[in-house]
Amino acid sequence: MKFYRTHVLVAEDSKSLSKGAKEIEELLLREIRNLGLEKEILITPTGSLGYEDIGVAIAVYPEGIIYAPVTPKDVPLIVKEHFLKGRILSNISHEIGKKDVSLGISKAEKVLSVQKKVLLRRVGSINPESIEEYIAEDGYLALEKAFENGSEWVLNEVKNSELRGRGGAGFPTGKKWEFTAMAKSDVKFVICNADEGEPGTFKDRVLMEGDPHSIIEGMILAGFATGATYGYIYIRGEYELSIKRLSKAIEQAYDYGFLGKDILGSGFDFDIEIKKGAGAYVCGEETALLESIEGKRGEPRKKPPYPPTSGLFKRPTVINNVETLANIPPILVNGSNWFKQIGVPGSYGTKLFSLMGDVNYKGVIEIPFGVKLREIIEEVGFGVKGGKNLKVVILGGVSGSLISKEEIDTEVDFNSLAKIEAGPGSGSIVVLSEDRCIVDVVKNIAYFFRHESCGKCTPCRVGTDVIYRIVDNVSKGNGQREDLVKLEKLSNAMKLTSFCGLGQTTPNILLQSLTKFKEEWLAHIDERKCPSNICQFEPIKEEVINE
Amino acid sequence: MDKIKSIEDLRKLREQAKAFLRTRQGEVKVKIYISMGTVGIAAGSRDVLLAILDELQKRNFTDVQIIERGSMGLDVEEPVVGVDRDGVVVYYGHVAPEMARQIVASHVINGQIISDWVIAKE
Repeated sequence: MKFYRTHVLVAEDSKSLSKGAKEIEELLLREIRNLGLEKEILITPTGSLGYEDIGVAIAVYPEGIIYAPVTPKDVPLIVKEHFLKGRILSNISHEIGKKDVSLGISKAEKVLSVQKKVLLRRVGSINPESIEEYIAEDGYLALEKAFENGSEWVLNEVKNSELRGRGGAGFPTGKKWEFTAMAKSDVKFVICNADEGEPGTFKDRVLMEGDPHSIIEGMILAGFATGATYGYIYIRGEYELSIKRLSKAIEQAYDYGFLGKDILGSGFDFDIEIKKGAGAYVCGEETALLESIEGKRGEPRKKPPYPPTSGLFKRPTVINNVETLANIPPILVNGSNWFKQIGVPGSYGTKLFSLMGDVNYKGVIEIPFGVKLREIIEEVGFGVKGGKNLKVVILGGVSGSLISKEEIDTEVDFNSLAKIEAGPGSGSIVVLSEDRCIVDVVKNIAYFFRHESCGKCTPCRVGTDVIYRIVDNVSKGNGQREDLVKLEKLSNAMKLTSFCGLGQTTPNILLQSLTKFKEEWLAHIDERKCPSNICQFEPIKEEVINE
Repeated sequence: MDKIKSIEDLRKLREQAKAFLRTRQGEVKVKIYISMGTVGIAAGSRDVLLAILDELQKRNFTDVQIIERGSMGLDVEEPVVGVDRDGVVVYYGHVAPEMARQIVASHVINGQIISDWVIAKE
């Protein structure tokens, strides 16, 4: 294999690409060719380096320096000074993984402080389109161990690790697998749920773009443990780059013999196929997802029977989130006891969050369970944008929950959050500053649900529409006090009678806002006043009596 | 690429692939420092660097990092090459490309310091 003295990794996730990462890569290639360095320096794409919010980032090894943000006019200078002469440009460089560096603490370095990289370890340090780089970084090592120790061992390790599903509900993965493993059937399936449709969530995308092989390995292991031989990745159609990288990874896995017949001479067969979703929110619900793969209309099924015993084509099916599957290889490589050292009892391991909204640092972060929400916002997000006060945090997406200022010292893990009736959900943290109007936020969410309700059951189909109309009315200044009672009644009815999770969770944020921000709702109704000056009120219509 | 048919083949491939990625991991047997200050470049350290790379490639030795450094204050001795092996950093002065090749062959790969050319030790 060729030896390069310097490796230059250009972050090429979809956000960086939209900011011109490809142009930077081409410019780097051209510059090093001009200076005749192309035989000494390797330029390669990689996943997110965590700086995409600032701009394009490049990492330079062996020095371990990240340059961010890199603009086209920086490139000739970096090539000439650093790559040719070894002089690090301190004004745009950050040292990888270090908090205090002599170059002066900049925001970018502190981002890592409370984070712990388990799932994101390879993201930004390997070329996602190269299977060999994945193998070098302990890739397919878990598979190797699994074939040596047998499927029982895999199942037991996953059960012992007490890994909980990262899709939102937090169901123990080991239990799910066990149901499928025990079910008797001619064929079983593994499905990777990559239909990341929750607004404000993009953690799976970063994983798929930066380390696609870890998901494929996780699926093979799930198949091996449960006896399934066929896998589907159900992915959002909008995730073009993820689809491209996953397809490439699957192709390479077939070429190298990690997929197909008789994998590594173990006698185990496994195939993976990618299914593109058409962008329906409800298809993230597991049974609607199954219908969609079967080629039917994406509507949820009646439960029970649950998918682990009767899923795709009425066969036992394991459905796991992308992040859950990515957790499997590190658990098997390092052992379940290692996994239990991370996080807190009841919620072991790390969790990916998409941090966004009114914070200074936005992006995908990996936090061990048990860190306080305040710490995440202040240490990783560098506080609320513009020095404003925090108003509320939406945790777990639009079907998640509102965390008010008073509850912000809660630790982020399943049990602590359950005490305040919340959960990590899909892993999105949307921080809202005091400038936001709660009625406006609820209206936006209600609009989303009205659009996304699949229409199968009446409470959800009609309920989402009525909720939107009432909230819209209030935001225009035409609300009555009775409207709030109506909203509450309707919400409770939807919670109790909706067919699937979509309708049951639609009223979550609405209901919480009604108790936690009652004054603000009343200000809109009684005083026709929006405390944050966002809602546009209609002029009061005077009744014209036709004579 | 042929299919990997057994766990042993996979292990072999991983070893090879690891060698390629060593540059990124910071855990290597040997580090080579080349001083790339203005004086170093004028004295020809760039040719020395190319010779070292070529020799490493020829001998298929990858357990190494090459780090460019600024001048260490010994301008009369430029080009200066430092080799960090077995916990000792040895500096060679007035290194010509041919000498660099010998340093790679005997010191970097086999651990035999060429004492005639040594100017300093750390």
